[in-house]
Amino acid sequence: MTTTMPMPTNPASEASQAGRTTSTAGLPRLLPAAPEDLRGHLARYGPVPFRGMPGLLIDDIEASGLTGRGGAAFPVYRKLAIVARGRGRKVVVANGAESEPASRKDELLLRIAPNLVLDGLQLAAEAVGASEAHLYLHTGPTPAIGKALADRTAMGLDPLPVTITQAPPRFLAGQESALVNRLNGRAALPSFQPPRVTERGLGGAPTLVQNVETLAHLALIARYGPRWFRAVGTRAEPGSMLTTVYAPNRRCQIVETEIGAPLRTLLSSEADTQAWLIGGYHGSWLPMPDAVGLTLDNESLRRFGAAAGAGVLVAFPADRCGLAESARVVSYLAAESAGQCGPCLNGLPRIAAGLAELAGPSARRQVRADLERWAGLVTGRGACNHPDGTVRFVRSALTVFAPEISRHARGHCSATNRTPFLPLPDGMPTSDEDWS
Amino acid sequence: MAQTMQATDQTLRVNPINCTGHGVCAELLPELISVDEWGYPIVDPRPVPWTLERDARRAVAACPALALRLLRSSTS
Repeated sequence: MTTTMPMPTNPASEASQAGRTTSTAGLPRLLPAAPEDLRGHLARYGPVPFRGMPGLLIDDIEASGLTGRGGAAFPVYRKLAIVARGRGRKVVVANGAESEPASRKDELLLRIAPNLVLDGLQLAAEAVGASEAHLYLHTGPTPAIGKALADRTAMGLDPLPVTITQAPPRFLAGQESALVNRLNGRAALPSFQPPRVTERGLGGAPTLVQNVETLAHLALIARYGPRWFRAVGTRAEPGSMLTTVYAPNRRCQIVETEIGAPLRTLLSSEADTQAWLIGGYHGSWLPMPDAVGLTLDNESLRRFGAAAGAGVLVAFPADRCGLAESARVVSYLAAESAGQCGPCLNGLPRIAAGLAELAGPSARRQVRADLERWAGLVTGRGACNHPDGTVRFVRSALTVFAPEISRHARGHCSATNRTPFLPLPDGMPTSDEDWS
Repeated sequence: MAQTMQATDQTLRVNPINCTGHGVCAELLPELISVDEWGYPIVDPRPVPWTLERDARRAVAACPALALRLLRSSTS
C-alpha cells in the first residue's frame, strides 16, 4: 500500500459490510465490527495460547491446512518446519507490505485487528524458536499498531519485542527476499534464490516471513484448533480469506469470505460487467459469462489459468476499454521491474509498449506476434516472479479482450467512459533511491 | 531412458541478476545455450549430456560475471 493512494472509507463500515456480505456461519473471523483495542481483543478471543515450547503449534498448523495469504498460497506449516529445524538464531517477520496496489485488506486488518496479527507473530516466533520479531509495513508505525504494541508491553504479554521497518512504496518491496534485503539494511530488491530466506535470511539467520493475514489466521488456529479452521473453505484449501472487491459502480470493499465461495456471490456478473480480474496485477482476466460458475479457490481457478493470489477481485465495468486499462497496468508493472534481470528489464517495457499500441487506433500487424514472443522470452527468467506474473496478466488480457483488439484494428473502441478504473499509485517512483 | 543414461546429474543455471549478457557462454556452448534478442542467455533446462560436460565447465569458468553455474539437478 502506498501512501499516495486515497484511504478507503471508515474501517467500521467496511467491516460491517464484510459481515453482511458473507452468509456463512462464523464469518467474519478476522474482522471485528470496529477497531478493537487489546482489552476488547482478549475479551473476544481469549488469552494468547502460548504452547510453552517450540514446535508444538506446527502440527496444528499442518492439520489446519493453512496456506499463505500473501498471494503464493504456500503451506504455512512447511515454512514453519524448515525454520524450526534451522540452527542458531532465528527470526520471524510479519509482512504487511502488500504491494498489489489494488489490495487493501492487510492495511485494514492492521488497522482494526492489530492484536490478532501481533498474537500470530508471537505464536509463530514461539513455534519456530525465534529470538527476534519484526513487522514490515509500507506505512511505518501507525497509531493502531503503536497503541497495540504499547498496550501489550504494559501488560507484559509478549515474549519478544517487535521491531517495525518501513517498506518503500514499490510493487516488489514485499517480495520475501526483497523484504529480507531491506531488513538487512540494503535496498528492497529481490535476490536470486537459493538459498531461501527460510534457510539464510536476516543476518544469515533462518527467517520466517508470513503475511499479516496468515498470522491472524494462525493466531485463531492456535486458539480454536484445526477442526474449527476447516469448518469453512474447501478440503484442499480450508478456511476463509480476506478479499478486496471492486464492483463496477462502487468503491472497493474488504470482504472476508469462505474459500471456495461462488465468485458470482462476490462479483457482479450482470450486463454492467464485461470481465473479471482475479488475483490482482499478477492475476488473470476472466471472460464473462464463461467464468461465471467459478469458485474462489485455486483448484477451480486453475482451470482458467488463474489463482486467487492475495484476494483482489474486480468486476470490470462494461463501459471501459479493457485494453486501455490493461496497458495502463502493464506500463506500471514494467516501471516496477527491479531492473536487475536482463529479460525483465528489456522485455517488460516492450510488452507494455506493444499493449499500448494495441490499445490505440492503428496497431501494426506484427504487434500480436511480438507480444507473444516477448511473453515467452521473459517467462521463468527472472530472479523473482515479476516477469511471470506480468505475463500471466498480459496473456489473459489478450485472450479476454480479443474482440476489442479487432475493434481497435478497425479504428473503433467500445468504451464510452475514459475514466481510469483500476487503481494505481499516483506518483510512480523514478529513481533508484526509492527502493530503500 | 536412453537420454538419462547419457546425461550427467547436472544442469546449467544462470543467476539472472549477475548476468550481464556478455554472451561468451553461448559462444562456447551453442548446443545448450542460445541468446535472446537482447543478448541474454537462454539455457537448456535438461541435464547436461556427458559429451558436453567439459564444454559446460569451460562455459561456467569463462563467464565474466560468475553468473553461470552447474548445479546438481536435484538441488536446482
